[in-house]
Amino acid sequence: MDLFEYQGKQYFSRFGIAVSPGDVADTVEEAVAVAERIGYPVVVKAQVKVGGRGKAGGVKLAHDVDEVRRHAQNILGLDIKGHVVHRLWIERSSDIAKEYYASFTLDRPNKTHLGMLSAQGGVEIEVVAEENPDAIAFLSIDPVRGLDLATARRWVHEAELDEVAREQAAELLVKLYDCYTTGDCDLAEINPLILTPEGKVHALDAKVTLDENASFRHPEWEEFRATETEDPREKMAKEKGLNYIGLDGSIGIIANGAGLAMSTLDVVNQVGGSAANFLDIGGGANADVMAAALEVINSDAKVSAIFVNIFGGITRVDEVAKGVLEALSRVSINAPIVLRLDGTNAVEGRAILAPHLNDRLITEPTMLDAARRAVSLASA
Amino acid sequence: MSIFVDENTKVIVQGLTGGQGKFHGLRNRDYGTKVVGGVTPGKGGTDVEGIPVFNSVKEAVAATGATASFVVVPPKFASAAILEAAEGGITFIVCITEGIPAHDEAVTYNRLVEEYPDVRLLGPNCPGIISPGKCNIGITSGDIALAGGPVGIVSRSGTLTYQALHELSQQGIGQTTCVGIGGDPVPGTNFIDCLAAFEADPETKAVMMIGEIGGSEEERAAEWIKHNMTKPVVSYIAGVTAPAGRKMGHAGAIISGSKGTAQAKMDALAEAGVHVCLNPTEAGQKMVEIVQAL
Repeated sequence: MDLFEYQGKQYFSRFGIAVSPGDVADTVEEAVAVAERIGYPVVVKAQVKVGGRGKAGGVKLAHDVDEVRRHAQNILGLDIKGHVVHRLWIERSSDIAKEYYASFTLDRPNKTHLGMLSAQGGVEIEVVAEENPDAIAFLSIDPVRGLDLATARRWVHEAELDEVAREQAAELLVKLYDCYTTGDCDLAEINPLILTPEGKVHALDAKVTLDENASFRHPEWEEFRATETEDPREKMAKEKGLNYIGLDGSIGIIANGAGLAMSTLDVVNQVGGSAANFLDIGGGANADVMAAALEVINSDAKVSAIFVNIFGGITRVDEVAKGVLEALSRVSINAPIVLRLDGTNAVEGRAILAPHLNDRLITEPTMLDAARRAVSLASA
Repeated sequence: MSIFVDENTKVIVQGLTGGQGKFHGLRNRDYGTKVVGGVTPGKGGTDVEGIPVFNSVKEAVAATGATASFVVVPPKFASAAILEAAEGGITFIVCITEGIPAHDEAVTYNRLVEEYPDVRLLGPNCPGIISPGKCNIGITSGDIALAGGPVGIVSRSGTLTYQALHELSQQGIGQTTCVGIGGDPVPGTNFIDCLAAFEADPETKAVMMIGEIGGSEEERAAEWIKHNMTKPVVSYIAGVTAPAGRKMGHAGAIISGSKGTAQAKMDALAEAGVHVCLNPTEAGQKMVEIVQAL
């Protein structure tokens, strides 16, 4: 789950990482109230989960109440690469002497954590990595041992941060690592991490991605979840515990397992169709989950055929079959359903469906046959 | 021969008294796997359809001589269960649990490497391992596998592992061992571990490798194949049509920027001499051709 900048900053604050004083505003009047409270000059920042806000006119400096009002008016409702701005973050403007970059993420090939630190912040780190890789100090961190202050001190030295910034930066990096690990982040990134002319180091931006597998130990993430998805199909699926991604085609896809779901998309594409979604009902899905999946797909008006591709492992095909019948009895499914059922309890599952098969509920013996059938039904 | 397990492997099931543990533990036993015990704290002394249950792995190992464990417990308990297995003397751990936090996986993996270097972890979030006719640890339906070889299968995705088995078995092509390594960010066993074991196994004549978008494990495997593999490899990478920036179910399956795309992986594998196919059925057919030409 990606956080908005303001959420990332609030998350950082919990771990003692210095950020600029500020608050959120959903209206022009709220923006003015926040600015008056924290004092000018302020920066008015669009809260969207997409890069390039500044270039799109989503980040503006305001010296007085009139400027705040004007900028807030312009930015609220602004469309930035398809993301409409509904919320602003208003924070005290900072004078900047230097811009650095700092982040922690998982180094998958090495199965350790990877810290990246650079004295050249404020620009895209990918660009720095490409044009001047020596400007980034990489630190491999053993997840068992973690990051201590002594190591962080060597690291800021190696990255050639300004002398005056080093001790504060080292302390901040230890806190950021704590946020990354105990805060269960997939990514914790500060760009830019700034040094002010007064010699203070703090986070001017926050990019945080949380690991949703760790939700069980973070009840406080509930507030982040409330602001999360905008696609109504994805929201509905999430409420039902399904792993759904909306796409633009006409074949509704339901599969068990991410790999099979991806493969189903590929095969549908190869036989001339296009998928309306990715939907993985997960391992061990029961009849309720299957019924919910069909209902979510059914809510998508673009869907003109549904392809249910199940290879039972931990998921039992008889449960899937029951779910299909349950969904059909609960709601009227608009599109014809093509099923391909194999694996655990497939014989039982096919037997459950057999008496109900008709031209709206069809089974096919293989994944390719079923994909072809679904595509021909969708174009009929 | 099989890799990692064989007909003599004695297995305990951590979580045998739970719903999933019981269902799959008993299925594994019915398949012929030597399931010699279960572990559930507080339920020692009971049994599940004749399989004795112990309070700890240590007790179970002492009583049964098990060397493998099947971990089927909820995500919040999985890391502790894996480490308990290693500490208790188990040397091959299969963890099917889906949804373990990435940081827990990273710590668990590195603790295993540092404290128990002889222990192999398969998974988490994987379907397990099956050596047809000999041993099945995990959630794979035994009836889709065919004994006798000569193909080894390694796959990052659960259900595609079954699909791969199915494609081969339908054509009368047997498997030596089929290993599902799982799609999580920190898998205990990777492609290269399995490819190396298949390369060393005299009965395995060809390998089917199923990958997916995200990460760079397939590219690393391609590099290894290029320099070390003498046996033919057929591969399929799922997610050719996946959009960038969206996690496709698995924590690991995401295209970030230009990295992790199916095309990049397919190119790397093709460059290493692997037969790259566009869907599981095509991969199955290619393997039939290869086996017939052996």
